[in-house]
Amino acid sequence: MSIRWKWGALLVAVAALCAVAVAGLAGARSTAETLDIYGFGPGDDVANGRAEIATKALGGADVNNPRGGFNDQAFLAQLASGKVPDVVYLSRSSVGTYAAKNAFLPLTNCIKNEKIDLKQYRAAALKEVTYKGKIYALPEFTNQITILVNNDVVKQAGVDLADVSTTKWAKLRQANKKMLKTDGGKVTRIGFDPKIPEFFPLWVKWFGADLVSKDGLKAQLNSRQAIAALEFTASLIRDHGGWNRFKAFRDTWDFFGAKNQIAQDQVGAFPIESFYYNVLADNSPSVNITAKFFTNRKGGPITLFAGSGWAIPRGSKDQSLACKWMKSMTAVNTWVAVAKSRFDTRKRQNRAFTGLYTANTRADVKIFEDIYERLGKKDFDDAVRLLVQAPRYGFALPLSPGGAELRQAYIDGITRVLAGQQTPRAALNQAQREAQAAIDKNK
Amino acid sequence: MASVTSTAAPGSHSRARRWLSGFRERETRYALAFIFPWFFGFVALTAGPMIASLYFSFTDYGVEQIAGFEPTPFVGLDNYRTLLDDPKIVTALENTFTFTLMMVPATMIVALALAMILLRIGRAAGFFRTLFYLPQITPPVAVGILLLLLFNGSTGIVNRGLELIHVPGPFWTTDPQWIKPSLVIISVWSVGGTMVIFLAALRSVPQQLYEAAAMDGAPPWRRFKDVTLPLISPALFFNLIILTIAGLQTFTEVYVAYFGGGSAGAEAPDAALMYSIYLFREAFEFFKMGYASAMAWLLFVIIMMITLVNVVVSRRFVFYQGGQR
Repeated sequence: MSIRWKWGALLVAVAALCAVAVAGLAGARSTAETLDIYGFGPGDDVANGRAEIATKALGGADVNNPRGGFNDQAFLAQLASGKVPDVVYLSRSSVGTYAAKNAFLPLTNCIKNEKIDLKQYRAAALKEVTYKGKIYALPEFTNQITILVNNDVVKQAGVDLADVSTTKWAKLRQANKKMLKTDGGKVTRIGFDPKIPEFFPLWVKWFGADLVSKDGLKAQLNSRQAIAALEFTASLIRDHGGWNRFKAFRDTWDFFGAKNQIAQDQVGAFPIESFYYNVLADNSPSVNITAKFFTNRKGGPITLFAGSGWAIPRGSKDQSLACKWMKSMTAVNTWVAVAKSRFDTRKRQNRAFTGLYTANTRADVKIFEDIYERLGKKDFDDAVRLLVQAPRYGFALPLSPGGAELRQAYIDGITRVLAGQQTPRAALNQAQREAQAAIDKNK
Repeated sequence: MASVTSTAAPGSHSRARRWLSGFRERETRYALAFIFPWFFGFVALTAGPMIASLYFSFTDYGVEQIAGFEPTPFVGLDNYRTLLDDPKIVTALENTFTFTLMMVPATMIVALALAMILLRIGRAAGFFRTLFYLPQITPPVAVGILLLLLFNGSTGIVNRGLELIHVPGPFWTTDPQWIKPSLVIISVWSVGGTMVIFLAALRSVPQQLYEAAAMDGAPPWRRFKDVTLPLISPALFFNLIILTIAGLQTFTEVYVAYFGGGSAGAEAPDAALMYSIYLFREAFEFFKMGYASAMAWLLFVIIMMITLVNVVVSRRFVFYQGGQR
């Protein structure tokens, strides 16, 4: 072998060694500084925009954000395999179940180390993720519930808009009867859809009562108030000829389409989450609507919060990185930046921007004051103004260790009442027994 | 006594030697090689988890144990005792048995009728065989959604069809009385697999038996009852067992239609609560893995008992050509 060949071989060997060393170092670095997320995945412009901002806040660490939402089965498999994600994104209503089973870490250290200002978050949203005095998740989106009224139906039925209100149940029932339509034993228009069992906690709150005690350890499903709320809401459905007719018709709605139930005058009014105004503005911007507060018996506004949050599972390999991510994803500046971006995009596309509704009070104020512009359509402009105010009247069910079973117990009970199988009292008594047994077992 | 032992031992030795010598034969080795993948799969993916679930059924296995945070507490027969006290188990079993009792005969009758029609239509049989089999390959998730669309009490095609003949259609998907019949009808729609087995059995019935029966003056019904049914009884028995097991384990279509957050939403009626769905809920929504394992074993025992009864009863009714049972 010539000297030239020898030098060549030596150079190749050194280069190969260097490549292996660099690859090894890079691999080691990416393993140590990769944030594994579960339950978020690439989403819409708001999700992706915030993810970009939060990634920058990690100081160069990689982010592994696989597609797909949070799934209990998949998460359990991850726990069992020991490959636990660093941070998870899930519905706030599920946080309690995992917190009670020690599967999530309390965020006490995270909040302290990252100096996260809890005052920026809505109190009711924080309550949803607080278990035994400790916070287990940072709240993100919030969907507040208001009443969406179809003005055309109200006018056709000769109903006073003021009577389409939950303050006076007798008047609401009269309005319901006037607005609904049936034809040959079939419902062709729903008057007022109380949206039970989904929004049942809101109807119980009408009395100022809750379905579970403040500490989440005592079910209150068969309280006098809950039974009365179920009797009234079931009567609104009974006015249509019963649950079978009511639901069969409701199942035919094109809820997310251009021919939705408002556009087709298939409903007079119903309580709905804030996201739906965005759906209407996109798909049927010419609908004639009014947004009203869901009110309690004294006429005061109330709204039920629902939404998502970020939590750190026990076994997370990089809690500090996870904490930075959560902080950034829910920060005022992040929300404002993506809201501005969405507003600009929609303006270019000549589409409506009906705001973003988050669990961050300060972000919501800034988005509404600095970015939002009136759409020029009174119905939607008024609706947005109401939606911005609604969160201050929000409440959430206290976090309970048997949260999932409690919810299932009252849903099953209400379904039995609607199907005519049980009276409200009997159904809620059974639900109470089931829910309390679940709480006692899980606490 | 000693003489008895001494005479028995060489016989058993020779039997063992013969059995062992079988492994030296090339065919046996090939057969074992072919069986091995299934055997491995059975041990690793079926028997192993089954044994594990039997163990879990005597424990309070939940999220903490899955994640390894806490040791698994042994609770003895508590989960099985809870099964006896759980009213939802009774509801779920009632629903599942009712569904199975309606679905199995309905599927077998329709499948047999279709197979007999296919046998007679000659050249177009291939086209219709494919047509009838198509629903079988429709994903169960799609079938679940289809159920809600077809059987909607307000605008569903089924009720519209009934209206044409002036029959008021029921509220199939919301009325607890009609939920199971609608599930049976949608199950019968996917009858292709059963039909193909019947078709193969019908083709194997010797034609001369029909000719002899016809010469003896047997009308079509007698020929069907006394010739066709006995000769296809092994296929009937096979389908009976398979459909019964499928009925008792029914899950996907019902879950998608009533429990999966589709248009039916969260308000799933008790009438749709099948045993496997309740089991899934307890395991993966409420994380009661120990209890769900006990439920799984109860279902296994029920299926085994029903299958054994079927096997015993079949000895009187199933006719195997060549006399083998």
